[in-house]
Amino acid sequence: MIAANEVTKRYPEGREALRNVSFAITAGEMVFLTGHSGAGKSTLFKLLTAIERPTSGSIVINGQNLAALRSNAIPYLRRKLGLIFQDRKLLFDRSVLDNVLLPLAIVGHPPREALRRAQAALAKVGLPNRERTLPIALSGGEQQRLAIARAVVNRPAIILADEPTANLDAVSAAEILHIFRAFQQVGVTVVIATHDPLSLPSYRPRILRLDKGAMSEPAHDQAAEGAVP
Amino acid sequence: MSIWLAQHLAALRDSLRRLAAAPLTSLLSLLVIGVALTLPTSGWLALDNLRKLTGDTPGVQQISIFLTLDAGKRDFADIESRLQEIRAGSWRFVPREEALKRLQASEGMAEIVASLPRNPLPDAFVITPGDAQPERLERLAKTFSGWPKVTHVQLDSAWVKRFDALLRLGKLVVMNTGSGNCEYREHEFDACLGKLVVMLLGILFAGALVTLTFNTIRLQILAQAAEIEVAKLIGATDTYIQRPLHYFGMLQGLLGGLCAALLVTAGFHLLTPPVAELTRLYGANFALQGLSGSDVLILAAIGSALGWLGAKISVLIHLRRIG
Repeated sequence: MIAANEVTKRYPEGREALRNVSFAITAGEMVFLTGHSGAGKSTLFKLLTAIERPTSGSIVINGQNLAALRSNAIPYLRRKLGLIFQDRKLLFDRSVLDNVLLPLAIVGHPPREALRRAQAALAKVGLPNRERTLPIALSGGEQQRLAIARAVVNRPAIILADEPTANLDAVSAAEILHIFRAFQQVGVTVVIATHDPLSLPSYRPRILRLDKGAMSEPAHDQAAEGAVP
Repeated sequence: MSIWLAQHLAALRDSLRRLAAAPLTSLLSLLVIGVALTLPTSGWLALDNLRKLTGDTPGVQQISIFLTLDAGKRDFADIESRLQEIRAGSWRFVPREEALKRLQASEGMAEIVASLPRNPLPDAFVITPGDAQPERLERLAKTFSGWPKVTHVQLDSAWVKRFDALLRLGKLVVMNTGSGNCEYREHEFDACLGKLVVMLLGILFAGALVTLTFNTIRLQILAQAAEIEVAKLIGATDTYIQRPLHYFGMLQGLLGGLCAALLVTAGFHLLTPPVAELTRLYGANFALQGLSGSDVLILAAIGSALGWLGAKISVLIHLRRIG
């Protein structure tokens, strides 16, 4: 489903953010991408979402090599991914419902069908009665749920989340991870980038650890320490 | 309903929402576009009316031949055959009795005419030459002067010459700049200079409209940078993002065009009575011609095309900077 092979990302100023990173994630897996700040998680997230391209190596998602992807094909790739950004990227002048309707409008769903899907997605993340609310009126945890609802409303096969539990209290973080877990259990591949080992769940998820731009050995034990139940 | 149509309708709704979101700003923009389109439209309309006016005004391209008082039927026939021979154009014989009647009908002349012991007016021919070039008119007048029993030939040559000079100047400028295909036709009025001025005005104000739309769209893009960025990140194509902005430019231009039509029509209604009075004083029966339904449609179409162009350029330049 997702395969990275010898991926290196070097920025024009010479900084090497990723170095020969390789991994494979199969369909339906839930994988945590961990590492300290500056380890390269966000860079990898940008490469996986085709925001940036690798300097060398290849990233293949659903059989598509992102390094060779033409610019005009990138939007269609992103439509197949559920993306959750570190800063959530919500539209604060639009209602909760409008935020969730946006990906459906982009794909071109008929209005009635789009409304039904958006309402279902909001119900799934626990925001069923906040449709007309502006995101600014939501708590941090609720805003993250809204970001998840927007990511999953087009029923993607892969969810990529960058620091989805950052700035959340332990309870809210656990709730968010439960939501991701629920999606994984119905066959969705979930990749979560996080710098916080405390936010890892108590069950032993697969962990890809990045250290100074290179992939290091997974550390299940560390994940279990002080993990969120 | 196809996805394509649904997305176009959604973009149209979105652009209408943007217009309605800032009513005062939108209204001011529409007024500016309206005024920008009003000037060349008024010029064009004025030119069109001028063309009609000169077509209706008697005497501009006519030559009158006045005969001696002793000229008889045989002389009339002789002049008619000469006119026929040189293909002078169309003509009308005005007997002295008819001329006197006309003079009597003129305001304040009845008493004077009645006091005359006899009809002092000569028989006359009024010729409308087929060729209205001043040189040709002057040649004709000279020829007529040499004919027997002709006492006077009247041609308003100074007016014709001045007018012709203006037309030629227009033609010369257009030909030299290569900016138009204004043809100088010998047999009809063709206001090249007017056309040129209107054309230049049109280009100038079309540029203003494009610039205005360009700037409005730039501000729209800046104001919605966050939304555009998010949309791009979650799979929006460039076309999807550009579509409502194009519609916005088109709508603004279209409504600006309609605003211009409204302004021109208002001006037309204000000017109609005094112009009619003025032309009546000059002996012409002329009424100003306003914008027709198709003119309004053309104006709206031009407005929307220019609006779309401004939006297109702005989008191409400014969207690159986002995402």
